[in-house]
Amino acid sequence: MSEQLFQKMAQSIIDGDSDAAVALARESIATGIHPLDAITKGFVMGVNTVGDAFGRGEAFLPELVMAGEAMKAAVATLDPELKRRGSERKILGKVVIATVEGDIHEIGKSLVATMFGASGFDVYDLGVDVAPDKIIGKAIEVNADIIAMSALLTTTMVKQKEVIEELEKEGLRGKFKVMVGGAPVTRDWVKAIGADGYSEDAIGAVTAAKQLVGVA
Amino acid sequence: MTKNIKSITNPKLKLEILTPAEIKKIHDATLWIIEKVGVKFPSERALNIWAENGAEVDRARKTVKVRGEIIESALKKCPPIYPLAGRDPNQDLCLDGNHVYLGTDGCGVEVIDIQTGQRRVSKLQDVVEIARIADATEEIAFHWVPVSAQDMPAKTRGLYEIKAIWENSTKHVQTESIYNKQEAKTAIEMAAMIAGGKEALRKRPVLSLMQCTASPLGHDGGSVEAALLAAEAGIPTGFMTMAACLTTGPATLAGNLAVGNAEVIAGTALLQLAYPGAPVFYAAAQTASDPRTGAYTGGGPEDFLFGAATNVLADFYNIPLSMGSFATGAKEPNWQAGIENSLSTFMASIVMSDMLLGVGFLHGSRIWSFAEMMMDCEIFSIIEKTLRGIIVDEETLALDVIAAVGPSGNFLTQKHTRQHMRDIFLPQFMDRRPYNEWESKKDDARDWALAKARKTLAEHQPDPLDAKLSKEFEKMITKLENKG
Repeated sequence: MSEQLFQKMAQSIIDGDSDAAVALARESIATGIHPLDAITKGFVMGVNTVGDAFGRGEAFLPELVMAGEAMKAAVATLDPELKRRGSERKILGKVVIATVEGDIHEIGKSLVATMFGASGFDVYDLGVDVAPDKIIGKAIEVNADIIAMSALLTTTMVKQKEVIEELEKEGLRGKFKVMVGGAPVTRDWVKAIGADGYSEDAIGAVTAAKQLVGVA
Repeated sequence: MTKNIKSITNPKLKLEILTPAEIKKIHDATLWIIEKVGVKFPSERALNIWAENGAEVDRARKTVKVRGEIIESALKKCPPIYPLAGRDPNQDLCLDGNHVYLGTDGCGVEVIDIQTGQRRVSKLQDVVEIARIADATEEIAFHWVPVSAQDMPAKTRGLYEIKAIWENSTKHVQTESIYNKQEAKTAIEMAAMIAGGKEALRKRPVLSLMQCTASPLGHDGGSVEAALLAAEAGIPTGFMTMAACLTTGPATLAGNLAVGNAEVIAGTALLQLAYPGAPVFYAAAQTASDPRTGAYTGGGPEDFLFGAATNVLADFYNIPLSMGSFATGAKEPNWQAGIENSLSTFMASIVMSDMLLGVGFLHGSRIWSFAEMMMDCEIFSIIEKTLRGIIVDEETLALDVIAAVGPSGNFLTQKHTRQHMRDIFLPQFMDRRPYNEWESKKDDARDWALAKARKTLAEHQPDPLDAKLSKEFEKMITKLENKG
């Protein structure tokens, strides 16, 4: 019986069907399935299937993002039940992510945030045009593992550097890993500002983040 | 012909990419989007203008919904024809719908160094060198800021860039890297000093401004305010959409066109509501994101179709178009670069896009290559020649000559041949040598193009900008830099 439900859960993720995923999550709570089982035996299997197909070049980005969104919806539905039972979902790490101050370009940052979430990171997405002290403040508040910053303009890219400098000034640099990204960001820039991680796309960003928290 | 500038004009080839009914459908869809979905203008000033003109303004979401007739009547005030002036009046460009002018692309972040061949971060000296070569190159009619002067302060970088171009070229400058009020204000003052005053600048704008939209359906606040300042000063201003299928636009081409069109015409209408009759242009570089990664592609059939379709829209509104062509996604000047840049430029040119952006980039407008710059110019020349088509008249049918030569003769010794042989296109960078010669050298277009760029840079002396102006510009920039 629960085997069938687990399969349906996986399928809802593969289909990128958030509504179905939420309904199945509710059903599993009602039938007394442990939420951790629902996640690991059900929904995560779907994420893995889509991830593998993506890796083979068979699945496309929208499928991956929709799977990520469905996963997020399922987990959000299961979370209260998890808390009630006093157990916790295993997360890979906490990420505070934002597009830097003066820059309103959102899509790349949001894509990376979704991929982080779908891969098992706890993501705090602060949106766009976010000042350095806000980014750092949030990272301290949630005890983040990673600060991730996006910029699309060479004139705003310098804010990535400012955040790193500010962390150093406050003696916090060792506390957080810093990732940067965005179209003008190059390996040379990453080196020049002393960031810890970088990728040219969202998939690579997940790999880089996993390395930074020591799970890859 | 304008001094040292080649353009496409009076083409014989034609293409109907969209029927009038289809264009109307896209237009109606666009008006529906602007009225029902809305467009974001994160600028107090812009929202006020919209409110004063009867739009529904949501201050919290910084979004406006505007009735179609407001947009349509505003767009009617756009001037259909106006010039882009050069520092040298002999290089003024007329945006009249019957010329396609080529510019340099922008704004990249890395350069393949012209001397060492090493890829590195772009700096002000690169802007200088590219401007100097473009000044001497007839295919290039105007400048975009080609690369970001990353060795200059972020706050005034855009001003250093246009100053560098003016100091090294007499051709028109269009900047896409000034997107805030403060820099725009100083840039306009600089332009007025070159033109000889504010009124002279209106007549002969030596500067134009291009602002990127924030797809889908948004604008950047700084960009909008810079555009309003430019429109007020009579400086040609355009909004560029880069809506990309799958990510910042619908997966389908028609929907993507409508989204981008909504961004551009809403921005354009705003400028007309504020400053009726201000010279404006439509700008676009739509694409499809790569389905596997979401990456910017810089080429593909979708880009080619957008390149032609957008001019039809701009024509529908009767305003000039600046169209993104070239900008290959290739990592080096190669097969992919040749295909993408040729087809995108052909499609944008055959419909007579007024401005083409532009030459010089690899990796989706990120890495400047001097070799690519020169080869892109050759692509433009090939297309220019092709679009002239085949002329059929007594002289070109050449019956006398055919009769004189008769069966089994040859045409090499005919006067007619001598008269017309220079009509045949002569490439600079195509390899037509005997195989053995190639085998002994193994060089190709890339080597010759780079050699030409180096030679031009070494030899070309542009007409200098008045040293007093340079000094004054320097002071203005420093003043802005030191302002809190």
